[in-house]
Amino acid sequence: MSMREITYAEALHEALREEMIRDPNVMLLGEEIGVFGGAYKITRGLVEEFGPERVRDTPISEIAIAGTAIGLALTGFKPVAEIMYMDFLPICLDQLATQAAKIHFMSGGQLKVPMVLRTQYSLGRQHGSQHSQFFPSWFFQVPGLKVVLPGTAYDAKGLLKSAIRDENPVLFVESGVLYRTKGEVPEGEYTIPLGKAEVMRKGDDVTIVGVSRMVGEAMSAARKLEEGGVSAEVIDIRTLQPLDLDTVVDSVKRTSRLIIACDDVKAGGVGSEISAAVLESGFDYLDAPILRVACPEMPIPFSPTLEQKYMPNAEKIVEAARQTVGK
Amino acid sequence: LASTTKMQDVLESDYAKHGLTPDKLRLMLHKMLLLRRFEEKIEELFLVKGALIGPSHLYLGQEAIAVGALTALEPEDLTITTYRGHGHALAKNVPAKLCMAELFGKSTGTCKGLGGSMHVAIYPETGSLYATAIVGSGLPIAAGVGLGLKQKKSKNVAACFFGDGAVNTGAFHEAMNLIALWKLPVLLFCENNQYAMSTPVNRAVSSHTIAERASSYGMQTTVVNGNDVVSVFLATRAAAEKARLQSEPVFLECVTYKMKGHGVYDKGDYRPKDEVTKWLHRDPILAFENHLLQGKFLAQTKIDQAESAVKREIEEAVAYANEGSPLSFDELHKYVYAGGA
Repeated sequence: MSMREITYAEALHEALREEMIRDPNVMLLGEEIGVFGGAYKITRGLVEEFGPERVRDTPISEIAIAGTAIGLALTGFKPVAEIMYMDFLPICLDQLATQAAKIHFMSGGQLKVPMVLRTQYSLGRQHGSQHSQFFPSWFFQVPGLKVVLPGTAYDAKGLLKSAIRDENPVLFVESGVLYRTKGEVPEGEYTIPLGKAEVMRKGDDVTIVGVSRMVGEAMSAARKLEEGGVSAEVIDIRTLQPLDLDTVVDSVKRTSRLIIACDDVKAGGVGSEISAAVLESGFDYLDAPILRVACPEMPIPFSPTLEQKYMPNAEKIVEAARQTVGK
Repeated sequence: LASTTKMQDVLESDYAKHGLTPDKLRLMLHKMLLLRRFEEKIEELFLVKGALIGPSHLYLGQEAIAVGALTALEPEDLTITTYRGHGHALAKNVPAKLCMAELFGKSTGTCKGLGGSMHVAIYPETGSLYATAIVGSGLPIAAGVGLGLKQKKSKNVAACFFGDGAVNTGAFHEAMNLIALWKLPVLLFCENNQYAMSTPVNRAVSSHTIAERASSYGMQTTVVNGNDVVSVFLATRAAAEKARLQSEPVFLECVTYKMKGHGVYDKGDYRPKDEVTKWLHRDPILAFENHLLQGKFLAQTKIDQAESAVKREIEEAVAYANEGSPLSFDELHKYVYAGGA
């Protein structure tokens, strides 16, 4: 398949457009997604191509957006709803966590809710405390929901297509910072299975698990570490539910050291869960404490200088890696 | 509360013209008795026999609403109800034995025992689509069901049932706006039973009536005597026609009263005694029976036969529920994700 470079945003757009062509039951709904083309232009041109019935602008009503998606899913549609910022997700948490994620189970398998809730987090874009939050670990507590976090343009497209085809509710969290970054994406059709992590780079000394934006940072860190003689393996976890623990443990078996890098607050974060799970099944393979590279326990500061200090990045990963390998 | 429409809005001689054939009247009484006796049995199983545990919210006293509404609607119309949903399930033709088995937590129940009392009414096979246990949360889902039906150009409607407590939630307001804005074929049945748990409507709702609040969204609103099955039937029929032909929602505030408390363990003794007595005199089943007898629609022997048939059905349901067993715990993981994780 021939490759070309497109942005993460373009990759998402292509996934939506291709799935809408492929399946007439795919419907989009959300704030500003129609005429305006989406706050971040992911849905640009789709209302013109598919019409206002399949690309529905909604009022600012997150509960109604999520609930409508559930109702559509229950009547045979494949809704893809957009929640503009992850910060707005708690507004519709009942619909997502207590309704959508439970319906298949508590109906004894009678009902299915094939819907995707797309959202994005804007940490790193100077959006302040209420427009930058990233709390994917909350959803470890919501079995029944799939949680997908693409870290590259390639994954953005392939994972979104799989999420739309899935029979379950999927929370699909995009990275706002990555929207304008480019990556290699094949011309033709492909999908990426949900629940399979990817080893982005082989290495022997330390395993770095990256989540979303931190996948790229982990790759930069690995290149810097190589200059200093440390060979890092980088894993893009891709989905938190299902969580591909096997790929992480297999890697730790070889490297004996683990770092988890994620843009969330460290306490109770993604790194906490992955490290606990690795300790349960891979304790014997570890030669050093697992380290988490994440955000400190405070709200996100606006000041660009302070926000940069607040965020995890390649340098902080390098520092953690050197600490764990003792070099 | 606003005045409610009376039982004789339609002349008895015109009943058949409005779909109230003798068969339909008989069916409605039969169903109301089924709902009443079913709940009485549940109450007994909880309080006397100790055979059931967990929360259970009985539909006692509200039978005219589920039965009137769901007899007027088509079998293919879809219902979204709440944790007080046993009545809607039975009125929507969910077999009583499956409801009973669900209450017992057995794999033979509507939801294989994974839902329980609050989700008994999830049985899509008869159009009893969903039942939620979170107050107000059914309305946004009903909006989506209505949108789905509209998009498919279906002539069916979504019927959403909820209580007076729901009208103060954010979900209610967001959904009401969307349903009205997009002209969705959704019938909104607000069963105003006067209390949200122990809080009376006048201490919880700022507007004079609930209907008035609904009409501010620009949708047609009707106040119905929720203890009169004929009124509910006629109002639903008219509303459904509007929803089907013009794709317009209708809000029906059905004024009624819980005969008992919020849940099976609640005695409801926070309510003034004279108020309770007044409403118990408006028992929707006794009123309907008297109406049928006086109008010579039905003889007492037919009512007695219906009572016996209902009694038998409930005994069979309890036996069926007792026979079943819960799902094996080892199987549960299969129900977390559709198509496996």
